[in-house]
Amino acid sequence: MISNLELIPGKRISKHLGLVQGSTVRSKHVGRDFMAGLKNIFGGELKGYTELLQDAREEAVARMIEQASSIGANAVLNVRFSTSSITSGAAELFAYGSAVVME
Amino acid sequence: MLGIITFLVLLALGYGFGQWFERSHYRSILEREQELKDLLIIQSKIIPPPFSSGHETFLVDGSVVISVDYFKQFVAGLRNFVGGRVTPYETLLDRARREAILRMKEEAKASGADVILNVKYEMCSIYKGRRNSIGSVEALAYGTAFLPIKTMPGER
Repeated sequence: MISNLELIPGKRISKHLGLVQGSTVRSKHVGRDFMAGLKNIFGGELKGYTELLQDAREEAVARMIEQASSIGANAVLNVRFSTSSITSGAAELFAYGSAVVME
Repeated sequence: MLGIITFLVLLALGYGFGQWFERSHYRSILEREQELKDLLIIQSKIIPPPFSSGHETFLVDGSVVISVDYFKQFVAGLRNFVGGRVTPYETLLDRARREAILRMKEEAKASGADVILNVKYEMCSIYKGRRNSIGSVEALAYGTAFLPIKTMPGER
């Protein structure tokens, strides 16, 4: 269970287990890069990139959840996302939150 | 000479397609905003009383990557000399944010949520074009959606 609030309605936090995080660095492939170059002339949405970043973000969240469940948590609260482009070819997607035991 | 011609052609293509994309995008944004205006966003971490029980929560998000066109990049480059408002980029970022919010709302609506709390934005330029100017930006919006738990009549 993940949420970006500090509590979940109707549930009580019985234990705090500290910060958990998950991250992934993804780079785009040449085909997409070429399309992006074209789109930089015409404008418009880069669907390939939207999907790529969405996939990467899901992976970061999955890693965060994995870490949380390995320390015995059943929920992650106050989740935040952060994206940073490291070089022009790759981006890091990062998700972090506070692992807790509910009920 | 060839350089100048290529430049002018790119500029014209960028202007034509860019403006066309932008207009049709704004039309679709306005249309969908009307459709989804019943799904409220409450910008609060404290859960309002009507939603504090009988609801399930889950994280929803929406994201979009939008690219700038050649013409806008050129105009923004000119703007760098004189300073002031860079209108082409203002509309670009505005479109990206509103689209991200709409996608988040669509996801929430598809699963039957009736309110979204504590929405956060995140912006990132992911593709640096020539001369290190912004090529495309990613907008992400995420929040917690509240889904009413269906109770049997008579229960509660």
